[in-house]
Amino acid sequence: MSLVIENLSAAVDGKPILNGITLAIPAGEIHAVMGPNGSGKSTLSYVLAGRDGYEVTGGAATFEGRDILAMEPEERAAAGLFLAFQYPVELPGVGNALFLRTALNAIRKHRGEPELDAMQFLKVARERMRTLNMTDEMLRRGVNVGFSGGEKKRNEVLQMALLQPRLAILDETDSGLDIDALKIVADGVNALRGPSFSALVITHYQRLLNYIVPDRVHVLLDGRIATSGGPELAQRLEAEGYATIQAEAA
Amino acid sequence: MTAVRHTGAEGFLQRFEGLRARLPGRRLPWLEALREDAARAFRAQGLPTRRVEAWKYTDLRPLGEAGFEEALSSIDGGQALPVAHGGSARAVLVDGRFRADLSALDGLPYAAGSVAAALPGLEGRIGTVAPAAALPMVALNAMLFEDGLLLTVPAGVAGGVLDLLSLASGGARPEAFHPRHLIRLEAGASLTLIETAMGPEHDGTTLHKPVYEIEVADGATLVHARLQQEGRQGFHLSAVHARVAAGGTYDNFTLVAGARLTRNEIHIALTGPGAAAHMNGAQLLAGGQHADTTTYLDHAAPGCASRQTYKTVLAGRSRGVFQGKILVRQAAQKTDGYQMNQALLLSPEAEMNSKPQLEIYADDVKCSHGATVGEIDHGQLFYLRSRGVPEAQARSLLIQAFLQEAVEGVTDEAARAALGAAVTGWWEREALA
Amino acid sequence: MPAVTETLETVQSVTDSGYKWGFETDIEMEFAPKGLNEDIVRFISAKKNEPAWLLEWRLKAYALWQKMEEPTWAAVKYPPIDYQDAYYYAAPVQKVKPKSLDEVDPELLRTYAKLGIPLKEQAILAGVEGAGDSPSDSGRMPIAVDAVFDSVSVATSYKERLAKEGIIFCAISEAVQEYPDLVRQYLGTVVPQGDNFYAALNSAVFTDGSFVYIPKGVRCPMELSTYFRINAKSTGQFERTLIIAEEGSHVSYLEGCTAPMRDENQLHAAVVELVALDDATIKYSTVQNWYPGDAEGRGGIYNFVTKRAQCRGRRSKVSWTQVETGSAITWKYPSCVLLGDDSVGEFYSVAITNNWQQADTGTKMIHVGKRTSSTIVSKGISAGQGQNTYRGLVRVAPTASGARNFTQCDSLLIGDRCGAHTVPYIENRCMTAKVEHEATTSRIAEDQLFYCRQRGLTQEDAVGLIVNGFCREVLKELPMEFAVEAQKLLQISLEGSVG
Repeated sequence: MSLVIENLSAAVDGKPILNGITLAIPAGEIHAVMGPNGSGKSTLSYVLAGRDGYEVTGGAATFEGRDILAMEPEERAAAGLFLAFQYPVELPGVGNALFLRTALNAIRKHRGEPELDAMQFLKVARERMRTLNMTDEMLRRGVNVGFSGGEKKRNEVLQMALLQPRLAILDETDSGLDIDALKIVADGVNALRGPSFSALVITHYQRLLNYIVPDRVHVLLDGRIATSGGPELAQRLEAEGYATIQAEAA
Repeated sequence: MTAVRHTGAEGFLQRFEGLRARLPGRRLPWLEALREDAARAFRAQGLPTRRVEAWKYTDLRPLGEAGFEEALSSIDGGQALPVAHGGSARAVLVDGRFRADLSALDGLPYAAGSVAAALPGLEGRIGTVAPAAALPMVALNAMLFEDGLLLTVPAGVAGGVLDLLSLASGGARPEAFHPRHLIRLEAGASLTLIETAMGPEHDGTTLHKPVYEIEVADGATLVHARLQQEGRQGFHLSAVHARVAAGGTYDNFTLVAGARLTRNEIHIALTGPGAAAHMNGAQLLAGGQHADTTTYLDHAAPGCASRQTYKTVLAGRSRGVFQGKILVRQAAQKTDGYQMNQALLLSPEAEMNSKPQLEIYADDVKCSHGATVGEIDHGQLFYLRSRGVPEAQARSLLIQAFLQEAVEGVTDEAARAALGAAVTGWWEREALA
Repeated sequence: MPAVTETLETVQSVTDSGYKWGFETDIEMEFAPKGLNEDIVRFISAKKNEPAWLLEWRLKAYALWQKMEEPTWAAVKYPPIDYQDAYYYAAPVQKVKPKSLDEVDPELLRTYAKLGIPLKEQAILAGVEGAGDSPSDSGRMPIAVDAVFDSVSVATSYKERLAKEGIIFCAISEAVQEYPDLVRQYLGTVVPQGDNFYAALNSAVFTDGSFVYIPKGVRCPMELSTYFRINAKSTGQFERTLIIAEEGSHVSYLEGCTAPMRDENQLHAAVVELVALDDATIKYSTVQNWYPGDAEGRGGIYNFVTKRAQCRGRRSKVSWTQVETGSAITWKYPSCVLLGDDSVGEFYSVAITNNWQQADTGTKMIHVGKRTSSTIVSKGISAGQGQNTYRGLVRVAPTASGARNFTQCDSLLIGDRCGAHTVPYIENRCMTAKVEHEATTSRIAEDQLFYCRQRGLTQEDAVGLIVNGFCREVLKELPMEFAVEAQKLLQISLEGSVG
């Protein structure tokens, strides 16, 4: 097993949002979590990534056998976790290349791998960027400063390609994207597929799942997994909406 | 034998001693004590000099040199009153004294009248929002005030528009009056107060030194526009002190077009979460005028917003000053404060001094300010002329566009219209001068 | 100060975390009697063998100082300074010129090593015979260094090489002996003795500093650097620097400063005068890391400095770049008086206040000449209970037609116990001049920190990255060696400030 979540509950500002989530992703699989607004999707991704202000009130979550809830955010990153944000934040004055190299080296250092100097990093970055059809220009800009929605997502994908995570959590990464940007994200994730890579794709719409075909789909309602199924469950949701599932779960 | 006329701070103190027995409220011990304390504070500090940081750019010596007399003699009525701006409600003060005969305040859903007439009931309401101890000019007003506008709008009442006319009759000798206005809007109330201050028709020297103590309670909204169009020889030194409670809004606009020396101080404290202040102003200066707008905005509670836009246009040998301090206290997280101050110099002898200040003790805030001083943009001027607009008219258009931004900040339509007209009027006079 | 990354890393690995330059050096020192009076002024002048005109100049300054009152307008608070409770002269005892590094007082060498000065330059500074004759081993671009240890300049490297181009770079005490006419022509013409309280004090008791003279048309081939260190207890440091750039010349000057950790406060009241003639350019960079006091606010240097440049010539230019991370109290306004038509003044600054530090710093740009222009970029970072004030003056005289100023003043607050303040004075008396000023306040947002940490950076690294991003516009003005060191300094200064 890669990611194992058992009866996880969490609150934000004292208000319970996750009410006992149980879910397991075997290594090499991609699972989707879908749900209506307010069901707790983003909360799940923040709790797994370790953001302040999201309090775990019960349950457990382990990744590759290690208790991630006990780790600091950067320790979880070093353990192979990557969160692709819904709204990537801007870091004015911080060059993208510098940021990426620093992040990469932090993770390499943790893994006992030698750090890359500026030239070595550039080489690696360019290789990855070529496959993603990106130019050097993105490296020179400030992190996400003045980036369009699509550019921000490309930047997230570039980071994923460089950091080579073993568990990628995509938090509604498709919100507000056109088809081309969607494909970039999908290509980025699919390029990482392999026996030691898992992903948790959190999405409201089924569309992204045409490009990143999940092994399993879970439906999140009121902070709980109401039902799970194969990829056809996503199509059913698309056709019927969440109401039917809600009724069935009640 | 003519009595020696004292000038400066001493002059005011002497006159206070001489007038005490005749000032309104002389038999109220609390008011006696208040005036006494104020005199002590004023004596200790005197008239501010340029060495005092808050008065760095404004020299009060011309004020000190003129010997003013308080207008305690009775005044004749029969003045031609300027046209009212808003609705029919009107309060009139002449030489700082409330004139029921000239006012029109019947049938209003709120109480408006004379401070002097209501003095026995005003203990605790005078001197609380505007404390005299630290501010000599407020102390001076506390010593010598006779009357003012007493205004209370009860909870939930929408008061509409009230015109306030402050007129100076002007005598042969320089006259001073120091009205103390007490304005209170209770929870959820609203009112638009449009004040026009006008000087004597002939060139008398007057000193108009109003102090406003304003309380805006929870959720109430006060729009307060002041148009100062006093005589060219006058002195206008005003201090507005306001406290805005949670969810309340105070919208203050000050237009300076008259007087030889103007100082408008506006102190606003946002004391409850979600309170808001909008401060706008235009200073239109020509000849040898000097105008100083000094604002203090105190964010004392979290989640409050403030916006300030001040524009100064300087022709002739005029001098403009803008000092704007924003204080964000440690508790005032989520403050949103913005201040813009711009000056347009129209002549080589004009001068602008500007000191926008930030004093910030909380970190989760959005606070910024901007200041520019310059002349009319040549590119814009050329563009208009190349499209056939004559130069004078092109300048006029650009200056009005420059000032418009400050006027647009006023939320009330009637007030906005009044200000727009005043601005146009000024330019028309200035362009022809 | 040569600040090659490798040597800096050596320094860091040698000392524990915290203020890394807080060590003391135990070498033989010579002191004047404690206190300040006319005799001390004479003592100093005699020690330096000064000509009569300079002694007169000092005495005049001392007389003015006695009549002046300590200024109190800055937004900084400190207990009263007892001017009689300090030594005004302290110097390492100069021995005979050593023949090799072995003969040099080992303590002195240890100090240089700790400060990151490579061996080659150490030899030069220690005055080893012939040390400066062969090229540097590491193949780097050499940097000429003048080391000022407490009150005296210990040595200056590369003097002879520079002298071949007609460039004078030496201790000011030496310049008084060798080039008295030059010194006399310019000393006190930019900052007169009576200019302010600390300038008057400095003029009376200054003991050393750097003197730089670049002749017409010469572009100084290397960066000139002076390294200031206060070492002895209870001394004040009053150095005086004078830089003259003649027509068409160009020079880049670096100033670095540190001091040991002590419980007492020590005063650093320096005066720096810059003169730029027609078409000359002076770039003056400072990385100041005086001891800031401990986490409870005890001790630390009082940094009260007067720095002023006169852009006398047409098209002359002076750039001030400073990174101020140290000292308990910083009070300085490097200024430019823009006299020559088309002259340019620039001020780029990063000032950090952490723990209990206070800074009231900024600049004055005085526009007199036509079409003069000035640019001010100030980045203030407040953390802990630090209070950081930007105080700037832009004054445009009626003669400065077509003048331009742009000021950008940004504050970054870390935590809610510190303060960031801005007090700009804008005085414009010229219709055709254009002055623009902007100020913003921001903080390090939680979502920015989380983003970095999710990508694997530690909290400290994330703060460092974001702070460096905030200061980028200023840091890119620094000469490369300083830039690297400055970036590390920023991160170190903010240790423990977040979370």
